[in-house]
Amino acid sequence: MSTLKFIFLLPVAALLLFPRVCGAQSPNVGRPLTPEEIKKIDITVAPDGKGLPPGSGSVSAGAAVYAKSCQSCHGAQGAGKPQDQLTGGLGTLASAKPVKTPASYWPVATTLFDYIRRAMPITSPQSLSNDEVYAVTAYILSIDGIVPADAVLDAKSLPRVKMPNRDGFISWWPKPPR
Amino acid sequence: MGELEKTEAANLREETVAGNGLIHRRALLRTALFSAGIAAASAGTARADDSVGADAPEWMKTPGKPFSAYGTPSHWQEKVQRIFTIAPGRAGTGVSRTPLHLLEGTITPAGLHFERHHNGVPDIDPGKHELYIHGMVKRPLAFSLDALMRYPMETQIRFIECSGNSGIFSQPQAAQVTAGELNGLLSCSEWTGVKLFTLLADAGITKDAKWVIAEGADAAAMSRSIPLEKCMDDAMIALYQNGEAIRPEQGFPMRLLLPGFEGNMNVKWLRRLNVTDAPVDARDETSHYTELMPGGKARQFMFAQGAKSAILKPSFGMSMKGPGLYEISGLAWSGAGRVSKVEVSADGGKSWGAAALTGPVLPKALTRFRMAWNWKGQPSTLMSRATDETGVTQPTRAAWIAEYAPGQGYHFNGIQSWDIAADGTVKNVYA
Repeated sequence: MSTLKFIFLLPVAALLLFPRVCGAQSPNVGRPLTPEEIKKIDITVAPDGKGLPPGSGSVSAGAAVYAKSCQSCHGAQGAGKPQDQLTGGLGTLASAKPVKTPASYWPVATTLFDYIRRAMPITSPQSLSNDEVYAVTAYILSIDGIVPADAVLDAKSLPRVKMPNRDGFISWWPKPPR
Repeated sequence: MGELEKTEAANLREETVAGNGLIHRRALLRTALFSAGIAAASAGTARADDSVGADAPEWMKTPGKPFSAYGTPSHWQEKVQRIFTIAPGRAGTGVSRTPLHLLEGTITPAGLHFERHHNGVPDIDPGKHELYIHGMVKRPLAFSLDALMRYPMETQIRFIECSGNSGIFSQPQAAQVTAGELNGLLSCSEWTGVKLFTLLADAGITKDAKWVIAEGADAAAMSRSIPLEKCMDDAMIALYQNGEAIRPEQGFPMRLLLPGFEGNMNVKWLRRLNVTDAPVDARDETSHYTELMPGGKARQFMFAQGAKSAILKPSFGMSMKGPGLYEISGLAWSGAGRVSKVEVSADGGKSWGAAALTGPVLPKALTRFRMAWNWKGQPSTLMSRATDETGVTQPTRAAWIAEYAPGQGYHFNGIQSWDIAADGTVKNVYA
């Protein structure tokens, strides 16, 4: 372990070894959260699929959700305008005009599900059912052939979707790679 | 030329710190005193009659306005406003910028702090809001605002800069807009709140925990992955901004403050901290705020804002009023710590002189720099470059541009330049 990393981890290590010492300044008045409460508030979805809810959605069901809730901002087939372009741009990242879309740029498909579920549609966020979110995610990914036209996505299949730019990111934390 | 002027000219020569008229700031202070003396001597005029009111300004002859419950800036200052660029059709999504060129000092008035919202400013009932800490912890906890008020508080003066600030410099042509439009996704406040370390200690993190997923209570449930090391270091749950409850636009009733880290990670309206063993690749750490490089690969998790500076006076929209002595002033900052040095050039980067830094120079805070300039009325190119305490100096714009794919504008910290024309007008240039 490098010295730098060791120094960064010191407070973490101290807390693990001496929680009482480190917490000595605290009145400790947090209210314990129950597992039921956590289930209601925890909408985090990880790239490995942890946190994905039950339910499923097909490309065809997603086309209907898209037409109703997304198309007025993101254009037909995710072509964009007036808001962000969602499809296309594949193979442009190394070109003189990179086009960054979920299809061309985003490394994992779980991000698309997570973002739609927490933030879209912008006029009524968090209004779609889990089935609808799976479905519209499948529809958007089908436009560029990232999933087949008969795909059905769920908690098992979504994390397995291989995004075109899966290996396109290099982590700069805690420091740049050598 | 009189004797006094000759002496003054000789002094200016002695105080030269770099080419094209850059001089030590003490020369400016001395001259200011000298000029003030002249002004005072000519101020007394004879009065026409016994009534002293005859020559007094209007506002000395009628009672002023009454007290106010919450003061507002002078109506003479009504042009000092945030600068807007709003996404079409989405009133609450986009940014507004701090008019840096119309402000002085280093603290941003709360009402002029830059804004970046993803779906408007939520109107949160502080009595119904709680901060949740769960995930890889021994004791998942919820903290009401009242509960947080029981905790020991700390205060930090820190800047927040949007990761997209100054992205306009990646455009091929230099934009002729104010310094606020160029660099105003940047503000600095005195933040007071509870050290996040203390709350995580209450919850008891487990041994494999490495990241914390932060989430806001806005209508975008804005979410980012934060390294646990940062949360255990200088992170704060900020409750107060410049001495009053944090403003709605900055996260009322509470926001995450991650000193020096890109603005987007300082999650506003903070609702949930989920302790995990890995980042989640949230939309705003993949789609946005990643740095696409030539060749098509992108850097991810570039957290600390780089060393940076900008001259605000003079800047676009201002004009020099003839040759003579001027103060060049601007701001410098670094997400890595203190600004150790700011150098100014008046000859397009051929020679540089060290500017005076207005203290106290705080880590991860805006630092005001000043330099005296004897402008001879000739076309000149002004530049500033900051160096931070880790020894990092701002790159040239060209060097910065070469690092990234075409059109990329996140985390721009290249050197900026103003051209001063012979007629005194100021233009943004890529020098």
